[in-house]
Amino acid sequence: MSSEGAPHFSSRDAVVCRGVGKTWAAGTKRAHNALTDIDLDVAPGEFVVFLGPSGCGKSTLLYLIAGLEDATEGQLWSFGDLVETPSPQRSLIFQETSLFPWLTVWENVSFGLSIRGASKEERRTVAAEALQRVGLKAAMDKRPDELSGGMRQRVAVARALAMRPKVLLMDEPFAALDVQTRARMQDFLLDVWRDSGASVLFVTHHIDEAVALADRVVVFTSRPGRIKTIVPIDMPRPRNLFSREAEALRIQLTDLLRDEVDRAFAEQEALTATA
Amino acid sequence: MAVVTRDSTPGAAAGASRPAAASRLMASMAGLDWLAKIWWTCLSISLFAGLWELCWALGWADEKLLPPPHIFLSNIAEQGRYFNTATRWQVGQSMTEGPSAFESVLITGAATTARVFVGLILASVLAIGVGVLVRYYRFFDRLVLPTITLLSPVSPIAWLPVAIFLFGIGNAPAIFMVVVALFFHMVLATINQIDTVNTNLINVARTMGASKAQIYARVIVPAILPGMLQVLRMNLFGAWMVVLVAESTGVGYGMGQVIMLARNTFNPSLVFFTIAVIGLLGFTFDWLLRLAQRRILYWLPDTAERLRVL
Ligand SMILES: Nc1ncnc2c1ncn2[C@@H]1O[C@H](COP(=O)(O)OP(=O)(O)OP(=O)(O)O)[C@@H](O)[C@H]1O
Ligand SMILES: [Mg+2]
Repeated sequence: MSSEGAPHFSSRDAVVCRGVGKTWAAGTKRAHNALTDIDLDVAPGEFVVFLGPSGCGKSTLLYLIAGLEDATEGQLWSFGDLVETPSPQRSLIFQETSLFPWLTVWENVSFGLSIRGASKEERRTVAAEALQRVGLKAAMDKRPDELSGGMRQRVAVARALAMRPKVLLMDEPFAALDVQTRARMQDFLLDVWRDSGASVLFVTHHIDEAVALADRVVVFTSRPGRIKTIVPIDMPRPRNLFSREAEALRIQLTDLLRDEVDRAFAEQEALTATA
Repeated sequence: MAVVTRDSTPGAAAGASRPAAASRLMASMAGLDWLAKIWWTCLSISLFAGLWELCWALGWADEKLLPPPHIFLSNIAEQGRYFNTATRWQVGQSMTEGPSAFESVLITGAATTARVFVGLILASVLAIGVGVLVRYYRFFDRLVLPTITLLSPVSPIAWLPVAIFLFGIGNAPAIFMVVVALFFHMVLATINQIDTVNTNLINVARTMGASKAQIYARVIVPAILPGMLQVLRMNLFGAWMVVLVAESTGVGYGMGQVIMLARNTFNPSLVFFTIAVIGLLGFTFDWLLRLAQRRILYWLPDTAERLRVL
């Protein structure tokens, strides 16, 4: 299969999507075309933010890149390999909490290592290190139920980092956090990103967040999701988010997004009216 | 009181090390809770017994047919003798030989309880095993599931002759009855539980490179445990029922047989005494299972408590 779809691009690219689309429940009455015609190249170490109206298929695209779902159109590659199954190289942080409730925080963080059969000491050290980075080392021996929503999401971040992935897929990881904590987490994420050299694909609804983090912002259209535009941001880091440049970007992204959200709403209303 | 408990839990979670005072307070309240529970249980039972006694006092309840608690509990020593299988079955032995009345009750109760227990364990292990295999191997699913679905609505009573054909008399048929009564339902319940496991949890394991076997062992089985224990508890009373039926039809000896004996000898006092013992045993068993549930499922929040404060 990989010989037939021989990559005609650099095999060093972290993620390559060619004509990727996804129809949920394909072939049934409830078939739903969530995503279509996605062409996207992500360089190693690049920070890409996905922005788009709710339901446009951002999470779906992350699932496809993670290899958790099969694309119904097109193909995806990661570092030259066809994406067919999930891989520890590509960690996904889910939109909803996904910690194992029966494991403690540190056991959750080191779950991937235990799959590989690492010793308990090694797992605890790695977990402590990863939790230190998200400021939750003190909560190591707690259970997920004892944490707040934001703390749980940070544990999920730590768990993904503990895998030392080359591609970090993050689905609105900071949506549940307050503004201050989110700003801290963004700084922390940028640190980690710089240290690890991993590519980050980050979904958010916050334009501020996109401006603060992204090398490139991918703006999606609504139903079915397509790439509307890709906005490069070449502001130097650390960024001044109150600069004129940042302000201009915010206005540009807000306009791009507003059109799509309006359209999505109109479509949804039309759908419910006919039904 | 309940409100305080609820508030202090997240608080204790947020602070890494809350002073010991808070936890001590909670412990003492747990103790109070405990006392209150016993108090309410006693009150509930006394109320029931009291009504019965009242009916007797007013002459509504015939003391020959519906002897009130003070009558059927008064001659425990005599009643207990009927529990002594040795004296019942062996010709030429006097009623006063062998274990004392109290010991007889204990022995008989323990025999019945042991059957329920063994049956429950066997049924759960088998059912969870088969349920997991059904979802694990497609081939096994196709091969086995139709039969299981077909047999699950069959009443356990219908299996009674089979139990006797296969195992004759003794422990085995009674245990077989418990297993057969629970197994099919529990297999279907296991499959249902597996199907409703949060896909995110499975996906997390998949992205970390877990194999299918690892996903089953480390994610699916722990995730279905709470539901399975719930199913087990709900089936516990069914197991008790079936064991009594099995014992009463001469499959074995035990509480069910004492009931049968009481019926055949027209001894209402003995019937009610046995019912009281069975009730007590079932209650204790359920309570122990609840304790075990809390132990095994340490990670689950106390939802009953949350509902109570609504
Ligand atoms: N497992 C699934 N089965 C069927 N349809 C799905 C599934 N997951 C998502 N969809 C559909 O695909 C579309 C895109 O969903 P997706 O979750 O990717 O959107 P999103 O852009 O992440 O939205 P949000 O910003 O609200 O998270 C939606 O219309 C949704 O109904
Ligand atoms: Mg989403």
